[in-house]
Amino acid sequence: MLLRPTNEDFKIIVHYIGRLIVGLGIILVVPLITALVFNEWDRALDFSISMLLAIFFGLLLQKIFPATRDLNWSQGLAVTSISWLVAMLLGAVPLMLSGHYASYLDACFDAMSGFATTGLTLIQNLDHVAHSVNMWRHLMMFLGGQGIVVIALTFLVKGTAGAYRMYVGEAREERILPNVIQTARFIWLISLVYLVIGTVILGLIGFFEGLPLVRSFLHGSWVFMAAFDTGGFAPQSQNILYYHSLPYELATMVFMILGTLNFGLQYVVWHGNFRELFKNIETRTLFSSITIISLMTTLCLLSTYPYLMANFRKGFYHIVSAHSGTGFMTIYAPQFASEWNLPALLMTIIAMGLGGSACSTAGGIKALRIGIFFKALLQDIKIIMSPGSAIVVQKFHHIKDIILEDRLVRSALIIFISYLATYLAGALVGVAYGYPLAEASFESVSAAANVGLSAGLTSPTMPAGLKITYIIEMWVGRLEFMSIFILFGLVFARLTGARGKSH
Amino acid sequence: MFCFLLLGNCAAAAAVSSNDLIAKAHIYDGRTIEFTGEVVGDVMIRGDFAWLNINDGAQAIGVWTNKQAAEKISYVGDYTHIGDTVKVAGQFHRACPQHGGDLDIHATEILISKQGHKVKHTVNNYKFAMTVILLLAIVAVSVWSPIKKPK
Repeated sequence: MLLRPTNEDFKIIVHYIGRLIVGLGIILVVPLITALVFNEWDRALDFSISMLLAIFFGLLLQKIFPATRDLNWSQGLAVTSISWLVAMLLGAVPLMLSGHYASYLDACFDAMSGFATTGLTLIQNLDHVAHSVNMWRHLMMFLGGQGIVVIALTFLVKGTAGAYRMYVGEAREERILPNVIQTARFIWLISLVYLVIGTVILGLIGFFEGLPLVRSFLHGSWVFMAAFDTGGFAPQSQNILYYHSLPYELATMVFMILGTLNFGLQYVVWHGNFRELFKNIETRTLFSSITIISLMTTLCLLSTYPYLMANFRKGFYHIVSAHSGTGFMTIYAPQFASEWNLPALLMTIIAMGLGGSACSTAGGIKALRIGIFFKALLQDIKIIMSPGSAIVVQKFHHIKDIILEDRLVRSALIIFISYLATYLAGALVGVAYGYPLAEASFESVSAAANVGLSAGLTSPTMPAGLKITYIIEMWVGRLEFMSIFILFGLVFARLTGARGKSH
Repeated sequence: MFCFLLLGNCAAAAAVSSNDLIAKAHIYDGRTIEFTGEVVGDVMIRGDFAWLNINDGAQAIGVWTNKQAAEKISYVGDYTHIGDTVKVAGQFHRACPQHGGDLDIHATEILISKQGHKVKHTVNNYKFAMTVILLLAIVAVSVWSPIKKPK
């Protein structure tokens, strides 16, 4: 029986959303400083307005809805799912004010794409965008990749059980360290250390490839944020093709792969356990899948790119980009449909759909779940081949040895089916708007798996209904469904549930 | 209109838009074409050559040219500049064998048809007023204590 949530339940949810909004407002100081440094005064006002607006609403919500209790499970998950929508609405304000968007819906699309680390974009005239706006676009990816709630946990929320519930809502079940606040801080430590290293590497490559010093390091930091957070935005309209540089492509490929690795795995590797990289079911599955799909795509593209280097820089690069959920491109979006054959497109769709590692910045179904399915299949085969009285225990290694239980397979299967349903639903909406099935499927999987590769559908002129569909796909795909199911469950329980204390 | 000849006389070639070049790349592959647009981003010098990215309003296309020609570009398009408008004649590649399969143009002639310029961005006074109002609103909400109903 569902218990009807009380007004007090909703007050607590709104109170915590208020706290997260204030956190988001404070972060807007980064693009504001960028605008001031580069004398972009009008953009500085845009970011001031957005920052103050967020702080005002955040404080107001906390004053009107004071909370004295900690969050329960459903409240924690609801806070997370709603916070991502609120972040989209507020993150879109400076984008809209910049004058580079045809409508507020387009700005919301890019804000969700940024936070969800997707990379599909509706921005116009990107080649004339201010540095501060580019900083905000890429910072959204950096924040969203680590998780908006993870930021709040690091700086704003004390170590409570409710904090863990919000953390789980952001598709992060693993506690790398015993305390969730320590886990959040470790995720940020890793990310910031990599940010410094990545910026220096890409900055130097950019400089030696002909970019002026300041721009090379600005581009380096932005492209690193988009690569490590498997985002896919870039500061120029040609995406990574702009640089015409093999070293740049190789470096971004390494950062994309780094970003798609599980933070839990990174923790043990940082502590010297390099063998884990080879033993872990998730890395084994991920690298096997990348290898198989890349080889097949290379074969499919032999007629499109007859030269080995061209095949590597176009075929392999885009498969790594797709599988890691990044969405960096070195070809133009329409070329997918006009030059890549159907089998190559299918390989790319599969790579996008499978995605990277759990507890990373990547989207999609995740390699860990695919690995679990294979282990479950292996277990079933063993059971059939064993004597009736035999008890078959299947184990897999993910940081530690884990016994494969039915509940693990069941939860992986629920998420797997949810992703497939979302991919299919988005594709059907695209087809209903008159787009060809292959392109509609490509774009839908790209949105829901938070990849960002485009076959050319995503543009400011596409129907508003399709923009909203992709926004929803990016949102549910990033949060991996459960917190959104809980949110709808709360609304349903409010309408139909029995009276009683839900806390 | 400012006109500067960089490499020689622009030969007669088919003028093509970026959208056409991308959509019909197989048709134009290996052919001499003419492409016009604004130089955006950076002039990236690579040894005796350079990359320019030229945007015709729809898409930007990479143009591989010699260093001397690239150095004549005065303005590149960014937030504070409108870049030089150039007319490029050269060989179009759908998947350039020299440049890792990039879709690009190897320029034989570049003509600056319009020089770029600085762009002045003015501060919007309404935005300034809005900032002040929001600051005051934050102060107000900070000192405000909601009245609690007696239980």
